[in-house]
Amino acid sequence: MSEKPTDWTTGAEAIVYQGCAACGALQYFHRSFCVACGAKDPVEKRASGTGTVYATSLVCRAATPETRAHVPYNIVLVDASEGFRLMAHGDNDLSIGDKVTARFVPFAGRLVPYFERQE
Amino acid sequence: MSFITGVGLTSFGKHEASSSLDLMSQAAQLAISDAGLKRGEIDGVLCGYSTVSPHIMLATVFAEHFGIKPAYAHAVQVGGATGLAMTMLAHHLVEAGIVKHVLVVGGENRLTGQSRDASILALAQVGHPDYEVPLGPTIPAYYGLVASRYMHEYGVTQEDLAEFAVLMRAHALTHPGAQFHDAISVADVMASKPVAMPLKLLDCCPVSDGGAAFVISRERTGPAGVRVRGCAQAHTHQHITAAPALSELGAEMAIAKAKQAAGVAISDVRYAAVYDSFTITLAMLLEDLGLAGRGEAAARVRSGHFGRDGAMPLNTHGGLLSYGHCGVGGAMAHLVETHLQMTGRAGNRQVRDASIALLHGDGGVLSSHVSMFLEQVR
Repeated sequence: MSEKPTDWTTGAEAIVYQGCAACGALQYFHRSFCVACGAKDPVEKRASGTGTVYATSLVCRAATPETRAHVPYNIVLVDASEGFRLMAHGDNDLSIGDKVTARFVPFAGRLVPYFERQE
Repeated sequence: MSFITGVGLTSFGKHEASSSLDLMSQAAQLAISDAGLKRGEIDGVLCGYSTVSPHIMLATVFAEHFGIKPAYAHAVQVGGATGLAMTMLAHHLVEAGIVKHVLVVGGENRLTGQSRDASILALAQVGHPDYEVPLGPTIPAYYGLVASRYMHEYGVTQEDLAEFAVLMRAHALTHPGAQFHDAISVADVMASKPVAMPLKLLDCCPVSDGGAAFVISRERTGPAGVRVRGCAQAHTHQHITAAPALSELGAEMAIAKAKQAAGVAISDVRYAAVYDSFTITLAMLLEDLGLAGRGEAAARVRSGHFGRDGAMPLNTHGGLLSYGHCGVGGAMAHLVETHLQMTGRAGNRQVRDASIALLHGDGGVLSSHVSMFLEQVR
C-alpha cells in the first residue's frame, strides 16, 4: 500500500512516520516498503510532536508571493523523540539543542508543523 | 588514459539575447579550437541541463544546433556536480575506447532568461515535494540549515564564513570574465542583506548567464598535457532531511576513493578547485577533503594559504561566489581555470605550481559528490 498518510502533508494536524515490523527501522518519508530492509507495508505511527532542534535557518528572502508574506520564517530540522528527523517551521529564536513541541499553523495556503520551545 | 585537450569559458554575468544553446555553442567552439580540433572530429557529446530551457534530449538538441553528429550523446544531471560527473564519464568513455574526443558542455542564460524568483523556485525543487517544498525553503535555506549545524559542531562563526566570500571576490578581481569587479570586506559580507540565516547575500553565489566546455580525448592533441589521474563519486541522499551526520557526508567518501584511484595523497596536491555555491559549502568541503583541519579553513584563508601565492591556490578565477554561477557551466569554470593554471596560461593569475590539482563538485544539498585529480604531463 502506498496511499498518502493522513498527516500535515495532506492537511491533517499530525506528524506521521513509519516503522518496519520486520527490522524495526524508522522512516519519515512515506513509502510502501522499508528503505532499510525492503519489507512491505511498514506500520504508520503518529508522532508525539516532541523533539530536539538539529538545525535552523531563518528565511528572509522567499521566492513566491505566498511565502514572501510570511518572511522571516524559521525553517528547522527537528530530531523527533521517536527517532526520525523532519523539516518544519519554528519560533524565530530557536537554538540547536532546544527541546521543542509541535503545533500546526497555516503557511502559504497549507498547514505546516511549527515547533515551539518546551516550557 | 584520458587528457583534457581543450577548454572554453565565456564571461559570466549578463548575456542579453543569448539562449542556453548559444552560450553552450560559444563555449564549445572555444574548447574545440583550444584542443586544435575540427568540430567534425568530436564523436561524443555530454551536456548538462538548463532550467531556463528544459528538454528531455538536450544533448541532441545541442548537437543539431551546433552542427555535429556525434556517435555518442546524452545529457547528465547531477546538480552542481554535473560538470565533474560528465568529465568522469568522458574519462571512462575514452579509456574504454568508445569515442576519441568527448565534448563536455554546459551553459545557461539563467540570469536574463528568467526572473530571479523563477530561478530560486526552480532550484528549490531539489527539496522533497511533499515533506520539504511546502515549507517554503530555498536553496540558501537548505545550506543555511547545514551552516547552522556545522557552526554549532565545529565552532565556525559567520565572520569565518565571510572570509571565503572575500577571498573569492579578491580572485575574481583579477579575472576580466568574472561577474563581480568590486572588492568586498568581511564587514561588507556581515552587513549584506540576510537571505537564509546564517547566510547573507554575499555568502551566496549569484545567478549568472554563461557557458563552459572541455574536450576529453584519448590522446593529446597538442602541447597541453593535462590528464585525468583518477576520480570517484559518492551519493548519500537527495534531501537534507534525509542527510547523514556531518561526519558521514559524501565528500569524504568520494575523496577517499579518488585518492585510491589516482594513487595520490592530499600532500601531493598543488592547486584546488572546490565547489563554492555558498561560503559554508566551500568551508565544509575544504575540511571534508582534508585541505584544512576541522574548523580551521577560515584561519587558512586569513593566512593566505588559499591565495594565488599561497601553498594551496584555490579557485583563482573567483569561483561560483564571484566569477558566477550559470548552473552546470558554473562549476565547469573551476576546471577551465585549473586547466589554464596547469598549462601556464593563467596570465596575471598564474600560480607557481599546479602540477597536481584536486577538483571537487557537490550537487543537491551535499547530496552528490565527485572528486577528481588532474595531473600535468610534460
